[in-house]
This record gives sequence, C-alpha cells and structure tokens, in this order.
Amino acid sequence: MNSSQLFGFTTLLYLLSSAVYIALFVFKNKKIGAAGTVLAIAGVLAQTVALGLRWEESYDLGIGHAPLTNMYESLVFFSWCTALFYLFMEFKFKNRVIGAFVMPFAFVAMAYASFAKGMNQEITPLIPALQSNWLIAHVVTCFIGYGAFTMAGGLGVMYLLKKSALEKGLTRETLTGSLPDLRVTDDITHKTIVFGFLWLSAGIITGAVWANEAWGTYWSWDPKETWSIITWFIYASTLHARFTRGWSGSRIAWLAIIGFVSVFFTYFGVNYLLAGLHSYGQS
Amino acid sequence: MAENKKNPVWELFSSVRLALFLLFTMAATSIIGTIILQNQPSNFYVEHYGANMARFMQALDVPDMYNSWWFMVILTLFSLNLIVCSLERIPNAWRLVTMDNLAAEPEGLKKMGLHRSIPLGGPLPVAVNKTAALLAGKGWKAERRDLDGATLLFAQKGAWTRFGVYIVHTSILIILIGSLIGSPRVAKDILKNPFYAFKGSVNIPETQQTDVIYSFLEGVGQLPLGFTVRCDFFTIDYYPNGMPKEYLSKLTVIEDGKVVLQQDVEVNKPLIYKGITFYQSSYQPYEDFIITVRNNRTGASTTELIPPAIEVPWKEGGARFGVINMEARGEAVSRIKIWFTDDQGEPSKFWLEPGREALIKRSTGDYTFSAKQLYATGLQVAKDPGVWWVYGGCGLMLLGLMVAFFMSHRKVWVLVSEERGKVTVLFAGNANKNKLGFEKTFAELADSLR
Repeated sequence: MNSSQLFGFTTLLYLLSSAVYIALFVFKNKKIGAAGTVLAIAGVLAQTVALGLRWEESYDLGIGHAPLTNMYESLVFFSWCTALFYLFMEFKFKNRVIGAFVMPFAFVAMAYASFAKGMNQEITPLIPALQSNWLIAHVVTCFIGYGAFTMAGGLGVMYLLKKSALEKGLTRETLTGSLPDLRVTDDITHKTIVFGFLWLSAGIITGAVWANEAWGTYWSWDPKETWSIITWFIYASTLHARFTRGWSGSRIAWLAIIGFVSVFFTYFGVNYLLAGLHSYGQS
Repeated sequence: MAENKKNPVWELFSSVRLALFLLFTMAATSIIGTIILQNQPSNFYVEHYGANMARFMQALDVPDMYNSWWFMVILTLFSLNLIVCSLERIPNAWRLVTMDNLAAEPEGLKKMGLHRSIPLGGPLPVAVNKTAALLAGKGWKAERRDLDGATLLFAQKGAWTRFGVYIVHTSILIILIGSLIGSPRVAKDILKNPFYAFKGSVNIPETQQTDVIYSFLEGVGQLPLGFTVRCDFFTIDYYPNGMPKEYLSKLTVIEDGKVVLQQDVEVNKPLIYKGITFYQSSYQPYEDFIITVRNNRTGASTTELIPPAIEVPWKEGGARFGVINMEARGEAVSRIKIWFTDDQGEPSKFWLEPGREALIKRSTGDYTFSAKQLYATGLQVAKDPGVWWVYGGCGLMLLGLMVAFFMSHRKVWVLVSEERGKVTVLFAGNANKNKLGFEKTFAELADSLR
C-alpha cells in the first residue's frame, strides 16, 4: 500500500461521507447520519496515514520533507484540515447536517488534486527557498485557518438557505427542515470565524518571519501576501461588526461567504492568475 | 467630560463605523496592486494600458501603490482611528475592571441571567464562612461586605481580559511603528541617514571583496558597510533531476584588516554582522575560469583566474596555458578545452569538466588540472532596526487575540441572608464572553454548596 492508493481511498471515503451527509440533509433520516460520521472519520484516518506515508516515501527518495510543498500536497492538506476541523465541530456541537455543507469541500479538494489536468503528483525535492523549518509552521497555521473559514462559508450558505425558506413560510416538512436553528448556526459561524482568524493571523506572522529570513523583508506586498491581508481585513471587519455593532444573522452569513471567496482567491486564484514570489504552488 | 460636546473630528475617529470603512477601503484598494504589476519601468504601463491610462496611473502612483501618498493616508487614518477608538474605550474597560461590585443591589442579583437560591442550615456567620471557603476552594477569592441582615460576597476572574482587544490594537500600532523604524524611505527622507535602515544588493565575484552595497531606493546609490565582505566561493548543487538543491556562498567578513567572521550563506541561512544581514539571492556565471595546475613530479602548482582565449604564463612551472573552447548547458559551462604547453613538443589540448580532474602526461612531468567556472554571488543586503518591534508586535497580537477571543471576565455574587432564622444563599453571576461555558461553571459552583 502506498500513499497515492490511500489518497485515492480517502477521496472515495470523502465522496461517500458527503453523499451520506447530503442524504441526511435531504431525507432527514437521522439513522443514516452516523454512517456519514464513520465514513468521514475513516477518511481522515486513511488520509492521516497517507500523509505520513508520503512523508516517509520522500525520505526513501533521499529528499525527505513534509508533504506540504506543491499544489497537489497543499490540496491534500487543505482537505485534511477541513475534514478534521469539521469532525471536531461535529463532536463539539453535536450536529451532523452541517457535514452536507462542509465535507463536499474536502472531497472536491481531493478529487481536484487527483484528477485535475497538469497536477503534478510526484514527490519533488525542495528548492532552496523552501528549505526551512518555517515551512511546516507557516503552512500548518495557514491551512488550519483555511479549513475553519471553509466551514464558516458552508455555515453561511446553510444559514441563508434556512432563512430564505423560513421567510417563504416553508415549514418543517420541507428541505431545510433538518437544518439547525438559525441562532445555533449563527453562533457556530461566529465561533468558527474567530478560530480561523487566530490561525490566519498566526499564518501571516509565520510567513512574515520566514520571508524575512529568506528574502530580507518581512512584507513585500507580493500578491499572496496582499491577498492574505485582504482576507484578514475582511474577517477583522466581520468581527468588529459583530462585537461592536451587533451584526448577526444574514449579514454575518454573507460576510462568511465573502470571506471564504477571499480565502479561495488567496489560496487558489493567486497561484493561477497572478504572478509573484509564491509561485511554488503552480505545479 | 461626558457633558462636554465632543469635537466632531474626535467623534469620527472614535467610531467603529470609520474602522469598518477603513478596513474595507484597505481591502478594496489593496486588490489594485495585485492585478496591476508593481514597480515596472514606466514604458511597461504604456504598453499594457495605453499612454493616457498610464499617465493617469503614474499620477496616482499606481505602479508603486503600497508606497503611494494616498495609501499612506489611509494607513495613517487607520492608525489614528485605532488610537482614538482605544483611548475612548479604555476608560470604560478600566471602570468595569475596578468597579465596586459589592455595591450591587440585592434585588438586582435576582435579575441577572444566572441566579439560583439555595437554603442552607446554620447561623448566618457560619454559612458565610462556609460559602467563602467553598468559593476559595474553586479559586474564587471573595471580598465581602456586611449588609442589613445579610452578607454579600463577590469574586471575579479574568477582569484584566477586558483589555485583550486593546492589546491587539496596541500590537498593530507597534508593528506599524516597527515598519517605520525599519523603513529605508523614512531613513533617507526624514532621518537624512540612509544607512540607518536600508535594503539593497551587491554582486561579489568569487575571490573578490566589497565594502559597499547598492541601495534599492532611488537617489541613495552606494552605501558603505564599514567593513569588507569577501566571497571566497560560490556553488550551485543540483538534484539528480536537475532541480537546484542549494545555492551556497562562502563569505568572509574583514574589519580593520582582520578576518572577523567566516560563514556559509544559503537561502534561508543569512549572515548577520553588525545588524546588517546578507541573504543569498542570486548569482551570475562568468566565462572566466579558476584553473589549478600541478606538476606532480616537482610539486609546483598554480591557481589562476583566466578569461577565455587568453594565454597565461606559469613562470615557476615553465609552462603556458589557456582556455580555447567551452561548451555550455544553459548558463553553466559543462566543459572547457584547455591548451597547455611546456615548450617541449606539441602543446596538449584536452577537454575538462569543471569539478573533475585531468591528468596529462608530458616529458616534464605529470600535470593535474582542475577547473571551476567563475561565479559572482548575488547578495541581498538589509539593515532593519525595526524588525524586533515588528516581531514583538506580532507576538503581542497573537497573545492579545487569544485573550480577546478565548478568555472572559467572569463574576460571581453570593448573597447570604437570614430571614426568621432561615439562611438562604443567593448565587448570581455573569460573564462577558463564552456565556455557555460560564453557565456550566456557575451550575457546578452552585451545586457544590448543597
């Protein structure tokens, strides 16, 4: 068994888990919900082992490094963070329907990593710029933040769906009947954003310290840096709007979605659309 | 003070509304510089956007927008907003931290979100002591005040956490101050001392040295280091698949004619001397070669730096040599053809790969040749006296965020009262954050008295 087989297995597990969570959402059959959780846990376990294996395989190739160095590896890690964070929140808030809005992201990231054209899945050696102890700290902090913000975005969508259903006078019998109470969703969204914001801040800071060590400047307004601070501004506004102006509900849900779009652009758009120092992710 | 009509400007800067507006403005304007390539030569903008648009962009400093006057204005407004907002709210936080909680009205306690009445046996003083001891056992140090027929106990935790958000605000200001201290522009234009903080670069060919570097900032030019840096050696290592593995320069720092520091500099491993940091950032190959020849019979040897197609005499060895041809793979030379004669018979001509040795047998002896292509190392050089402010601010920010997000100010009041010989304990409490978590703590505390 090698890491890529296990990653394939993970992709399948995430697909099944997403399907079960969506079925739970659509059919409101609580009994099947547990299957979604079991599949998600199995997926995370398989992926954890696969990440470890890939790490070990890199040592077998004589170029040992953490599997966090190109687009393929980062997508895999993003998927892992999102799934793990989702499971943590599921256990904390005892709510499974949210899985229908989060686990598909974990699946899509894996599927994209596995099947996208031109995605290099090879373990490649580290170029000199990436040979640093800050690599792990920087990538891990950023991606925990990304995982949390992905969940917050999913929660935002969930909130707006439920809200619009309620406004149309639809009752429990309809599709959105299985979704948690608006107040609960709002609360979890906020807590998720708070958590993500702390990690995003830590990610930006570790990146700055690393940049200073490698390039002699902790901030150079490179597109990746700039987009990360744009994302930071968006979430900082969201938190201030809530703490001091009492924003909640739909407005926060929209901000969670806008924030996620910004995260997505920081992570993905910058790599593919803009040129800059952070070009490692392109291949 | 509250009665005074406030200055409208102060009012504006103390509003969170302005903060939200500025955060949004910074986010929105920052996008521009990620779409329009920054710091290109001016004809780049003419080519890409047309002459009129380019003029418009230049007028607004778009090609260097993050240093433009208007972006600085936004940042300054943001800083002022942060300062005024915090100054305006810290007194209130201070009042909440230092207020006399024992002055709370007994009736008011019953109106708190969390409250519970528990009957308790024994005379009043005993019940009070028992309750206080219980609180103390759970880490709640209670103050007490005797009222008419009752005693009020109060304990709180994490009062200081109300300042968490101001720790974050302060940390942002510290980071901004640090960036000003380390700014080459500030050093040049305000301090009139470009050496105080700079970023620049220098290329040093192997075996050569420099005591100046070249600032990136226009109008600064050369900056003297106050010491000398020599590049002894530069090399690039490749992985088997051809990807670069390592760029390495062996640098020597010389001060007052003495070697004070020798260090290998790699990407991610800079050299720091006297607050000046040297980063491996680029390299430049030359067509010149460093060639070492050794006569194994006599032991005589020489190392010469030679340009291509130049004949170099080796007097002690009684010979002459030169490079007459070379083959390059990209910019790196893969092999060179050496011409060598000791004036005894036909000259030798042979190919030699850099890094390998060649043995040439002639009547005057066996000669060993080795060659290395000459490189210049490209170093980025920076002096940033503000960096520790920035790092300190960053650390403080993480600390402040944790306090602001995850720690709360929790208060517990206990009113122990006696009415017709029956002692009742009224528990009440609140928390400014994580109310759910506090509900549990509160329930446990109240339960433990039973």
